[in-house]
Amino acid sequence: MTSFAPIPGLIGGVLIGLSAVILMLGIGRVAGISGIVANAMVGSDATDRPWRLAFILGLPLGAILVTALGLKDWSNVTFPATMTMTAIAGLFVGVGTTLGSGCTSGHGICGLSRLSNRSIVATATFMASGAATVFIVRHLI
Amino acid sequence: MTLIYSLLAGVVFGAGLTISDMVNPARVLNFLDFAGHWDPTLMFVMAGGLAVTAIGYRVIFRRGSALTGESFQLPTQRQIDLPLVGGSALFGVGWGLAGICPGPALTDLVTLEPKVLVFVAAMLIGMIATALWRDKMRPMESAGRLVERI
Repeated sequence: MTSFAPIPGLIGGVLIGLSAVILMLGIGRVAGISGIVANAMVGSDATDRPWRLAFILGLPLGAILVTALGLKDWSNVTFPATMTMTAIAGLFVGVGTTLGSGCTSGHGICGLSRLSNRSIVATATFMASGAATVFIVRHLI
Repeated sequence: MTLIYSLLAGVVFGAGLTISDMVNPARVLNFLDFAGHWDPTLMFVMAGGLAVTAIGYRVIFRRGSALTGESFQLPTQRQIDLPLVGGSALFGVGWGLAGICPGPALTDLVTLEPKVLVFVAAMLIGMIATALWRDKMRPMESAGRLVERI
């Protein structure tokens, strides 16, 4: 069980928004993580890769920074899915975000904040199928 | 400067995911579990992120270009199509199975948890395979359209 934590949630959310603002103001790009990762590997423009790799490298560095500052207790972080289920999940997330042009960050934060109709549909869809999946796994099986 | 801005954006994003505990799949799954002990924290993360981005973007777009001189690159597609809906539905199933989406997956690499390594590897394979398949399909699609027009 995890206990509802609105204040850390809000602070973390503000930081995520700040990151989207830094990337747009700085280099004019959307902070959509699935797109940044996919195009870092198979993008047609090779000169476009270094900034994507720098952003990706920053993610774990941010976690290390917060932990070094004593602001994170990792003991409650758990991975409930089995190894097999986790592998299937990773594959679905990779295929799904590439086909659907985005994930929780690109559609859920950047797209919704611009009121993009595609992002509104995408976010509603993955929230619904995510909740349906959890319902089936936790309450029906 | 481009690399400094993007590294900084990555660090701030990773810090946000860590502070909000979105790096914890158990918490994400509890958000998606409306029939169980529902944990609404993720909604507050999205609310904070959306508020800052919506206001920030509005201010930024008054400028002609980014600080590096680059123009703003925004998605231009408007159409709701099958890849958007089907892809998002599939992504949601994967998200619901493990409680992990792309940002937290990469941030969680610091835990060195084997499941994270497996998730990231599978995700990268899925991304590469789909991108290559799509690029292969694209010329065929346009060829098909050309034939139709004739």
